[in-house]
Parts: sequence; C-alpha cells; structure tokens
Amino acid sequence: MSKPKVAFYWCASCGGCEEAVVDLAEDILKFVEAVDIVFWPVALDFKRSDVEAMGDGSIAVAFINGAVRNSEQHEMVDLLRRKSQLVIAFGSCAHLGGIPGLANLHCRQAVLDEVYHNVPSVTNPDRTEPMERFEAPQGTLTLPLLWDTVKTLNQVIDVDYYLPGCPPPVKLIADAVSAVLSGQLPEKGSVLAPDIALCEECPRRDTKPEKPALKEFKRPHETTIDPEKCLLAQGLLCLGPVTRKGCDGVCTKANMPCTGCMGPTSHVSDYGAKALSAVASIVDSNDESEIAAILDQIVDPTGTFYRYSLPASLLHRAWRPATDGGRRL
Amino acid sequence: MYDKHTKDKQFEPRIVAFFCNWCTYTAADLAGTARMTYSPNVRVIRIMCSGRLDPQFVLAALREGADGVLIGGCHPGDCHYQEGNYKALRRFTLLRRVLKDLGIEEERIRLAWIAASEGDKVQKTINEITESVRKLGPLKLERRGLLQAEPTILDTVDAAVSAPGGVS
Amino acid sequence: MAKVPIKIDGHPIEVEEGTHVLEAAQSLGIDIPTLCHYPYMTPYAVCRICSVEARDDKGWTKIVTACNYPVWDGLEIYTDTPRVRNARRINLEMLMSRCAQLPVLQQLAERFGVEKPRWGFGEDTCILCGLCVRVCDEVVGAHALTFSERGIFRKVSTPFDQESDDCILCGACAQVCPTGHIVMNDIEGRAVIHEEFSMGPNSAISVPFRQAVPNVPIINPEQCIHFSTGGCEVCSEACPKDSINFEDSDRFEEVEVGTIILATGFKIFDPSSLRNYGYGKYPNVVTALDCEVMNNASGPTGGRVLLENGEEPRSVAIVHCVGSRDARTNKYCSRVCCMYSLKLAHLIKEKTGAEIYNFYIDMRTPGKGYEEFYQKLLNENVHFIRGRVAEISDWAVTPEEEGKLVIRAEDTLIGAVRRIPVDMVVLSVGLEAQSDHDDVRRLFNISCGHDGWFLERHPKLAPVSTFTDGVFLAGACQGPKDIPDSVAQAGAAAAEALALIDKGHVDLEPNTAFVQEAVCSGCRTCMSMCPYSAVNFDDAKNAAGVNEALCKGCGTCVAACPSGALQQKHFTDDQIFEEIRGAFTYV
Repeated sequence: MSKPKVAFYWCASCGGCEEAVVDLAEDILKFVEAVDIVFWPVALDFKRSDVEAMGDGSIAVAFINGAVRNSEQHEMVDLLRRKSQLVIAFGSCAHLGGIPGLANLHCRQAVLDEVYHNVPSVTNPDRTEPMERFEAPQGTLTLPLLWDTVKTLNQVIDVDYYLPGCPPPVKLIADAVSAVLSGQLPEKGSVLAPDIALCEECPRRDTKPEKPALKEFKRPHETTIDPEKCLLAQGLLCLGPVTRKGCDGVCTKANMPCTGCMGPTSHVSDYGAKALSAVASIVDSNDESEIAAILDQIVDPTGTFYRYSLPASLLHRAWRPATDGGRRL
Repeated sequence: MYDKHTKDKQFEPRIVAFFCNWCTYTAADLAGTARMTYSPNVRVIRIMCSGRLDPQFVLAALREGADGVLIGGCHPGDCHYQEGNYKALRRFTLLRRVLKDLGIEEERIRLAWIAASEGDKVQKTINEITESVRKLGPLKLERRGLLQAEPTILDTVDAAVSAPGGVS
Repeated sequence: MAKVPIKIDGHPIEVEEGTHVLEAAQSLGIDIPTLCHYPYMTPYAVCRICSVEARDDKGWTKIVTACNYPVWDGLEIYTDTPRVRNARRINLEMLMSRCAQLPVLQQLAERFGVEKPRWGFGEDTCILCGLCVRVCDEVVGAHALTFSERGIFRKVSTPFDQESDDCILCGACAQVCPTGHIVMNDIEGRAVIHEEFSMGPNSAISVPFRQAVPNVPIINPEQCIHFSTGGCEVCSEACPKDSINFEDSDRFEEVEVGTIILATGFKIFDPSSLRNYGYGKYPNVVTALDCEVMNNASGPTGGRVLLENGEEPRSVAIVHCVGSRDARTNKYCSRVCCMYSLKLAHLIKEKTGAEIYNFYIDMRTPGKGYEEFYQKLLNENVHFIRGRVAEISDWAVTPEEEGKLVIRAEDTLIGAVRRIPVDMVVLSVGLEAQSDHDDVRRLFNISCGHDGWFLERHPKLAPVSTFTDGVFLAGACQGPKDIPDSVAQAGAAAAEALALIDKGHVDLEPNTAFVQEAVCSGCRTCMSMCPYSAVNFDDAKNAAGVNEALCKGCGTCVAACPSGALQQKHFTDDQIFEEIRGAFTYV
C-alpha cells in the first residue's frame, strides 16, 4: 500500500512554521517514514508542475502556512486545494492572518511606498517599484500581483482544520499528524488545540488576585517583571485570558506576557474585540477622564489586540473613507 | 431589494441601536406613547443592561451593513444594575480608539446616556446620529469585497492603476 | 392603707388613712381656696387660706389647714363656717398688708368680704408662698432658689442674689408662681428652653398636634426637666395608667420585608423665588397652605380668616398656577389647585363676606360635582379673572389703593390690564416632588421621571408598580393628584403588595448568566464585574460559577469574559448576533 502523500507550502510567512516541523526532532524520522512528502519548497525540489500533474485529491493532506496576499499564493492554494483531500491551515498566519495581517491597517501602495521609498536605509532615486509585467529584451517577465488586503487561508479556499500558534507548538503538530495518519480527526473546521484559555495551564494562575482591577498598564521594558506573579495583575498586557492554551505557556514561563498567537476559543467571533473588552473591563475606575488616562497607557491598542488576527476579525481591515482612495496611512 | 446607493434617493443611513432595557428602551417606549416622531433609520436591539454590550456586537453590526451604531444606557450613577454602564463606558472608550485605527469615523459610533423619562432625548439622539451619519455617507464595507473570499475586481483594479507603467 | 370614713360639709366619704383634707375635699368636688399649694409638692401651709374647721363627734373643734391635715377615722370637716371665713379674712388682710395690688389677692378679698384691710396696702408682688423654692427643690431638683433674710426682709432669691449656675431656665418657678412675681428672662447666651409656639405645645410633654397618629403625648428630652436634673417626673406621678417611660429612646430596628410601598408625598412650591409676588415681603401674601391652617377650627386663629393686624379682610385675591404651568418654575399642571382655590374662595366668602377675585388661566374642574361647584361660586358673585398675575405690590397709584396690596394682571377676556387692590392675597401653590427624591429613589433602586416624581412601570397599565419588583408607589410621590386618586392608588398598591405576598413564591429573573465550565480557564475577569457578588469561584474546579438566586441578569460579566465561557440566558452572543443579522434582512 502506498504511503499517504503530504504537501507543505508557505504563503506570506516567515519560515518559522517550516522550522517548527523540523523541531519535531527525532520524531520527524518516524513521520518521514510514514508518509510521502510530494511538495515542500523549502526542503525538497519538487516543482509546481509536479503538483499540477497529480490527480485531483491525490494528496492526503496539505499543510499550508502563511497568509494569502498575492496572486501567486492565490493560485498555489487553489491548486493545492484541488489536489488534496485535507487542507490544514498551519500556524497563525494561515489561521488568522498572523503578523503580516497588520498590513491590513494600510493599503498596498502605502506598503510599497514605505519599503521602496521611505525607509531611511533605502536609496531609490529612480523610484523603482515591483511591477507585475516587464518587457525585457529577453522576453516578458512577470511578478505576482500584491493585494491591498491580507487574507486568511479560509477566506480564499475551503479549510478542513487549523493548527494555531506562531509557530504551532511541537506537541500540537505531533498530535495533529498522528490524528491525520490514524484518521481520528474531530469535526471538520475544528482548531486542533484545547478549547480553553491559557490561564488554565499557566503556572502563575494561583497568584491571580481574587478580583482583578488595574489602575495602570505597563510595557515589558518599563518594569521589572516578577517571575512568579500573574502578568496581567502586574499591569502587563498579557492576553492569556483570551488566548487558547496548548503551547504549555512558553512565553509566560519565559517571563513575557502572552501576545495571543494561538487565537481565540471557539466561543469568540472576534479575538481583538473580546481582548479589548476584557482588558477595559478590569480598568479600576468609573470616572470618564480617569478611564481615558489609564487607557492612554495602552500605546497601540489595535496592534496589541489584533497582532495576529486582524484579517480574521469581523471587519478584516482598516477602512478609510472612500474620498481619499484609501491612501492615508 | 433595497439599494441604499440609488442615486436619485437621498442616502438613508442604516443604524443599529443597542438599548438597555431599563432606561433607554423605556425612554424609547415613552417616545412612542407620546407619539414623538423621529428618523426611522434606527433598528433597536434590546439588551438588559449597557454592560452587556460586547464590542463584538458593534463590529458585527458594522459588518452586516450598519452605517452607524448607537448605544444607549442609564446615566452614570443610575444604572438599574448599579455599575453596568460604567463597564460599558470603559469598553467603549477603548473600542473607539481601535475603530479609529480601523478608519471608522468617530461620529458613526455613539454612546448616549438616556434616562427612562427622557423620551425626548431618544428622539433627539436618533435624529442627530442619523444626520451625522448621513453626512458621512455609507460605510461601504461591501464594495471592498468584505464578505467574499475571492479578491474583488476592485482590488485588482486598484493595484493595476497604481503600478508604474500600467498594465494592459 | 386602710380606708377611713370621714365627713366633709356633712357629706360622708371613705378615703385612705393619712390623705390630706384638701385632696379628700377635691375628690368630692368641694372647692377650698389655696395660695401656696401645688399638686405633687409637699404642702407648706404658710398662706393659711385653706383653713377649715375640724370637729369630732364629741364636740372638739379646731381650725386646721386643709392642705397638710391628715384625715382620721371619724373626722368631720366644715369648709364654710363663720369661723372659717373669719380666719381666712384675717389672713388675707395680713397678706394684703404686703401685696395689695395682686389680682389673685383682690379676687380672694372680694370673695371673703375683705373691705378695709386693717394693716394697710402693701406694694410687693411676692407673697412668700415658697412655691418657687419648693418646685425648684423637690420637683426640678436644681436647688437654685431659696428664702433669704429674715422678718420683714425675708425674700425669695438665688444664693447671694447672684445669677445662679444651677438654674436650668426651665420656667417651673414662673409657672407655679401664683402672683406673676417670677418672670423668665433670656439671659445672654442661655436661651430659655421653654418656648412658646402660637400653634404648638408649650410643655415638654404634649401631643404633637391634634391629628397626630398615635394620639399620645411625647416627651421632648431637650425641654424636659427630668432629663436635665433627674428630678420632676410629675407627669409620671400624674399618669393613672403608669405609662410614662423615661428610659424610652430611639431604636433602629431592622425589619425584613418582601414588599415596600412608597407613599412619601409631595412638598408645596415655595413662592419666595417669585419676587414679583411678594411672598415673604408682604405679610398678607400667604400660600394656600397658610390659608388652610387659618381656616382650620383647631388652628391658631380658631378658624377665622384674619389679616396680620387681626382684622378680617374685605377683599381677597386668589392667584392660581403659582409654580405650575410656568416655564420659569414647573411646566406641569398640579391638578389639585383649581379645586382647592375654589374651595378657599367659598370658605373665605362665607366667613368674611369679602370680595373674592380668582386669577386663573384655565379652570380645571373634572369629575363628579366639581364643575357644578364652580358654577355655584359664579352664582355667589366670586369674581373670576382669566389672566396670569404679573405683579403684587403695595405701590398705590390711586387713593383707593392706599394701604392695600395691588394685583396687576391682564384680563384676557376683556383684553385689558387691570389693577385690583385687595387686603389679602392667597397664592395657590403647586405640588412638587420632595427635595430628597433622588436619595430616596436610589435607596430603593427605582427611577425618577420628569420633575422628580417616582417613575411608575407603565403610565397606563402599571401605575402603582415600579421597575423594581416588590416596590410599589402610592399617592402624590408618583405625581400630583388629589385625595380620592391617592386613596384609590393606595388601595391598588396594597392589593398588588398583598398579591405578591399571597402568591407564596417569587418569580426570578430568567435571564441569568451561566458558565460553561469546560471552557472556563479561571482567569477571574468576571469576578470584578458583579455588584451583587453573584459570580463566585470554585478553586477545586478552577472555574467561575453564577449563583442564580443572586444574579439579576444584567450580562456585564458576559461581555467581559475573554473566552466566551460566560453566557446570558436569552441574551447569548449567538442570539444577539442573529438579531443583528435580522436587522438587515429586509431593509
């Protein structure tokens, strides 16, 4: 009996999810023995045409990481969807949009302006920018078209399961792989991680005050962080209460507040909105100006609460008034 | 099907209101029994207390097609459940800042304290928000392909127009 | 003690052995004059006016003083024999040699036929009866007065004639003094604690007013001598039922109840803020309530309508809508004022025959018999002028306005401004919510509507309930209304309260919050949200829980829950999202 075929692909990503697979360490050998990897751009030399040549549905499972934000990524995920029985959105970017999703606060042109013209270390007197088509003497060169909007994987193709995390914790990856191989998968559309927030497994849980209430917020560099006490109680913006567990609390164990990479539980529709609701609720004041002053200490609320999940949120992106063509930063 | 972008008609904003049961909703009832007239643009959703207002509801309303959102609660100090409206105030203060970053104009989302006897304030507030949203125009989230998984023509056209050298 | 048979003026009576003759005679209704006697004090027998003749059955007879002579078995007393009258006459002549001008002595002199006092006419005012000294010693217990000097220089005074620090200014000495020799003075810095009210009580123990409920006396500890010196207690001695309790004090009692009816009433509009009406400036401008007090038969004027100088008015103006239907003060109509103004017009007309002018905007007389009452007044020649009163002043322009209050008002029915001079003006003040309405309504967790009236649950369908279950409203606290409406509403409120009690169970809010324990991470964000302590934490389960009996169903904790583990029955996130979708389904 032939081994199940497996594909890996990366869209708008940092490569960390690829490294997470490698982090399986010795277990990767067992994995490699059990399956037939037919496509993995970072590690193996298979080409797109090889995938196109396969029969539809011949790939058992495709692990796709990274968000979708250009035409090539769109084509590739479409292709892999046709050729695969199961598609698993691997990592925060595919699941929720991830860090690249923050580009949704701007538009395509603003991104190009920043990268190709405004960054201090760039010298670009000819104002060269990437273009989709260039007629060179040797022939026509094409580049993928960059979109205005970064999208999650499920906003472009039908996704079967999600592995959350930036990157997904190794244990969750191993569990997911075993589940796929043994065929014991939960309901389609599930997130392959426990459906309960991080506070449950955080070692600082028992130091939580009985009734959390804060009069100030701090950023990690502004204070000496007590390694034993609940981080939120210390005024740090720890999003543990909003974020799924399953990562073993590696960040809080490393004395850093949780930034929310594992995304929300299944009972929440918009991660950022729930996070801001929970944080605002425990502001210890009933006076309008005092509340405003305390919240002023949260320097970048949108970036903080939507760090990984802006494309997946209810509004997806920033909407500028139509009159200026959305070109305002 | 109603099309709010019909050129020959004046733009009629669609506004969702979340009214707390004890104060604002009662005041709206009072406005009704007193036969006060006000703009018909608001769809009221009743919650028991303004403290029940989850910021997710505001975002969902905007996503579903609201051009504006109005939240009504009891005056500070007078909440039927003691302090629910203070919590609503805290959440609203933070939500506003995030909505601003997301390009939603401040005048589209409003928090109003309306007591049970202030039927006239309901009338006034609804008229005011309708007019300010009318001036701002429709929110137009749909035109940006919000509800579709595929990139819309608009995305492609925008990109094509901006590329130096253009595209055929 | 055993009772003994005696006879007074031939009337047999049995009294307790040792009773003084004076008391025995008083119980028979036989009057024996006294000067130095006062109940509840030991008799001094110094004035000798109560002299009577005592006889036994063997013919022995003697003049004794009735106030301190104890009865014995077989005693016979005669209070009006020639011998008695003679004894009294001589004593009176002696007294008059010292104090001939005193009315009390002159009255006795006339009664007993003293014509020419043989020792002359004295001009002193103190008869040295010693009542003041005794009351201060025995009853009050302050010991501030004493007899001093001897012989003809004997007098009553404070020790060394100096202002006494022991004197508590109770006024008992002035009260018992039969001649008026003792006068109370306000010594600077030490006010008399015994105040005189024209309408109120002037004793430390009194029934507050005639219609008080319960209709029993109360002791004012600030005026009461017992609370000051530990003495007196005369009221307790006098009380036949022994019901005076000096130990009684204010108690705070906690009573647990299931229903509350608020019937805290109203206050009248204070017209002092309307400078153009002159209330507080002109003494003959009064409010309708002042006028009611005057008209009351048990009031300070005994029911007569009088001006400040004690005369009856010959013309009276009644100004409607003072503090009502007015953009400057209260916009609403106070509902009862037209009717009470008409009533006052009728009463004043009937009592004084004065010309009555009612200045009104509209005549509001709905219901049974009220319009007919208005018609009756029209037939009684009460003048009705339709127009707001602009000004009430005492500036006379014509001779007939001199010394009167002049009303300036537009008579809209004839289209002219009129000046009408009257003796007295009655301002028909409107009703307002009590000044502490905000504090009271917060205490009971209900709302106030416009203008501070307590808010009913529904103006038509639930006029006696509030939005807080178990708290009901009755009477004017819910809005201005008259007595029949207040009574009806009170009955309705009582019925609703009874229905609630009678049911035997209470329906709780169904929209309580609940925790999906499998999803709860124990983050405790919800714990700071609940003002009713309805959210608790189970350490063993590491999950929050909601006490359904305490939860009032606001949903504030639900919005705070970062993982969506907390939801609210009937208002779950999914239900509200569906409502939002529904709002856009058709239009």
